[in-house]
Amino acid sequence: MKLVKPSLPSSDKRWKIVDSRMRRYNYQAHALIEVLHTVQESFGYLDKDALKFVAATLHVPLSRVYGVSTFYNFFSLKPQGKHTCIVCLGTACYVKGGDKVLAAIESFARIKRGETTSDKQLSLLTARCIGACAIAPAVVYDGIVAGSQTPSEAVERLKGILKQ
Amino acid sequence: MTYEDLVAIAEKEKSARREIRLRCCMAAGCLSSRSAEIKTALEKAVKDNGASERIEICRVGCMGLCGRGPLVGVDPEGLLYEHVTPENASSIVTALTGGVAEAARGDPGHPFFTRQMPVVLARSGRVDPERIEHYIESGGYSALQHVLFEMQPEQIIEAIAQSGLRGRGGAGYPTGLKWATVAKSAGERKYVVCNGDEGDPGAFMDRSVLESDPQAILEGMAIAGRAVGANQGFIYVRAEYPLAISRLQVAIRQAKQYGLLGTGIFESSFNFNVDVRIGAGAFVCGEETALMASIEGKRGQPRPRPPFPAEHGLWGYPTLLNNVETFANIAPIINRGPDWYASLGTEKSKGTKVFSLTGKIRNTGLIEVEMGISIREVVEELGGGAPDGAKVKAVQTGGPSGGCIPAAYFDTPLDYESLMKLGSIMGSGGMVVMDEHTNMVELARFYMQFCMEESCGKCVPCRVGTVEMYQLLTRLAEHRATLRDLEQLEELCDLVQSTSLCGLGQTAPNPVLSTLRYFRNEYLDLLQAEGGGHDGENPLSPPAQPVGMKRNDSWL
Repeated sequence: MKLVKPSLPSSDKRWKIVDSRMRRYNYQAHALIEVLHTVQESFGYLDKDALKFVAATLHVPLSRVYGVSTFYNFFSLKPQGKHTCIVCLGTACYVKGGDKVLAAIESFARIKRGETTSDKQLSLLTARCIGACAIAPAVVYDGIVAGSQTPSEAVERLKGILKQ
Repeated sequence: MTYEDLVAIAEKEKSARREIRLRCCMAAGCLSSRSAEIKTALEKAVKDNGASERIEICRVGCMGLCGRGPLVGVDPEGLLYEHVTPENASSIVTALTGGVAEAARGDPGHPFFTRQMPVVLARSGRVDPERIEHYIESGGYSALQHVLFEMQPEQIIEAIAQSGLRGRGGAGYPTGLKWATVAKSAGERKYVVCNGDEGDPGAFMDRSVLESDPQAILEGMAIAGRAVGANQGFIYVRAEYPLAISRLQVAIRQAKQYGLLGTGIFESSFNFNVDVRIGAGAFVCGEETALMASIEGKRGQPRPRPPFPAEHGLWGYPTLLNNVETFANIAPIINRGPDWYASLGTEKSKGTKVFSLTGKIRNTGLIEVEMGISIREVVEELGGGAPDGAKVKAVQTGGPSGGCIPAAYFDTPLDYESLMKLGSIMGSGGMVVMDEHTNMVELARFYMQFCMEESCGKCVPCRVGTVEMYQLLTRLAEHRATLRDLEQLEELCDLVQSTSLCGLGQTAPNPVLSTLRYFRNEYLDLLQAEGGGHDGENPLSPPAQPVGMKRNDSWL
């Protein structure tokens, strides 16, 4: 039976990036995680259309695509805020007060970890360990790692980022 | 590419070298403190001083003393500058032309550096990780050339076995034995997999090696491929390490361009390709069967062993799985001979080990020491003890699968067996130092929360047991627990340890068991008074026999 390749969900150019990623792996099912990474990089999160498109193109059951998307912490099924702030909660950061930094940010942004502010400006995430243990406690602001953070420093920095 | 080409590249690289080389650390730690701007400032200063003929600026990987970064090293003088800023960077160049450096001078003669024995980290902080020519200049790929033309696959395995190298992922399984098993397994194809899913919080050895010397891993994997008969390798790296991933990709591209990876390596009949696979944030993927499921694009859930990956691995084919640091040891063993390697370390733990030294310690960073060095030497001499005059209370090794070693046992040598006897494990090499202000029950709870959230949910003891244990520890921390709760916690530890499917569950109780073993009083102090506090006749003292650690932690 000849398998049919589905057409792109829309004319959005980002689908072409996703498709070329799948082509690089010859549309093989084992590329699923790599492809989901590409979708998330391009769109910021994995929506229903994306899951369906990837499932159909790689010929993987939708249930498995959903299963993989929800198994790994890195994938998000909801849109993220304009800015992201990732607080590392590894052991070294914990011993040096990373939990206090997190608490300060939570009370400043009035959201809990894993949540996004209602104005969609900030997503607050936590990481298991980003490997920046020597400069603990570490926080990643919009992809940039900052070390030796204090609660007040972290809040100041966030204020600066949110103004942009 | 032939051997002559390799020598020619090295010669060309050597002759292009300037009289003075400034090494600017551009690993993740220093980069976060603006070391990219520092490098630009240094380059500008060299140009402004008209010293381009004499001085060159070199991007390098981790120099070890990450806590005092960004670091800039000067060759051949051997100077080291700490806490460099983009503002004072130019003064380092001025100092070389007769001026005074404003940047703080470090002490390269400090025990932090002199007590180390770099084998895996020999190039880290010395060569440009994004230039294969630098790697070749420092002797890179000569080991691969040697095994392709001078050694039979059996001889390679024999050499690795003779060196006494054991898996650096934590369990310490003899590497030579593992290679021999994969070589013997029948299969129309085989795979070599490098486990770079460094999930233990507080550990960053693999990240540093991948960021600082990625070619060494590729060479080690290619030698392994030759030895076991594999033509395809995968490196599984955590998504949390973007720089390591990009440097690996650059390294693979350059190695392919030079014909050191791909088809017909060194114009021989040996083909070997390496692909990077990126994790997606699941701690359990450090377990080998879960890792392979993840490479296959599935949920990273472990499966029972046997069959072991050596017989039934990726897509059912025999697969050799080693840790990053293990692969980094291969080329040095081939180059300098297995006897040299076997002469390092202790009787049962040969060679060196990389540790990341973090927590409440003065000199945080990355170190490589000979096996058998005492914990005290590492903490007090290399690490410089706790900052602010506090007293070091314990060291945690092995992450959520390991345990705490109290200060009273600091004269223990660092080797696989000694740590096991103390109720901890070598683990991948994370060493988190705690001082007297660290609450051990809170620490045990921290690790239990970690395991609870990272449990994949496949087997009941781990999925339910970690939640129950976490709740008991929370009750303890909130002074709501009774003696009965503590007993139940210990029972659960035993149960989860004995009945879980994979290493995550089997070792999840370890932090609780080891803190109970050495810091039982901290638990007893938290018990509710009416629940049988510990004043007077306490049925729990003397401490109950600690439950032994599971030896089955080869999943790391």
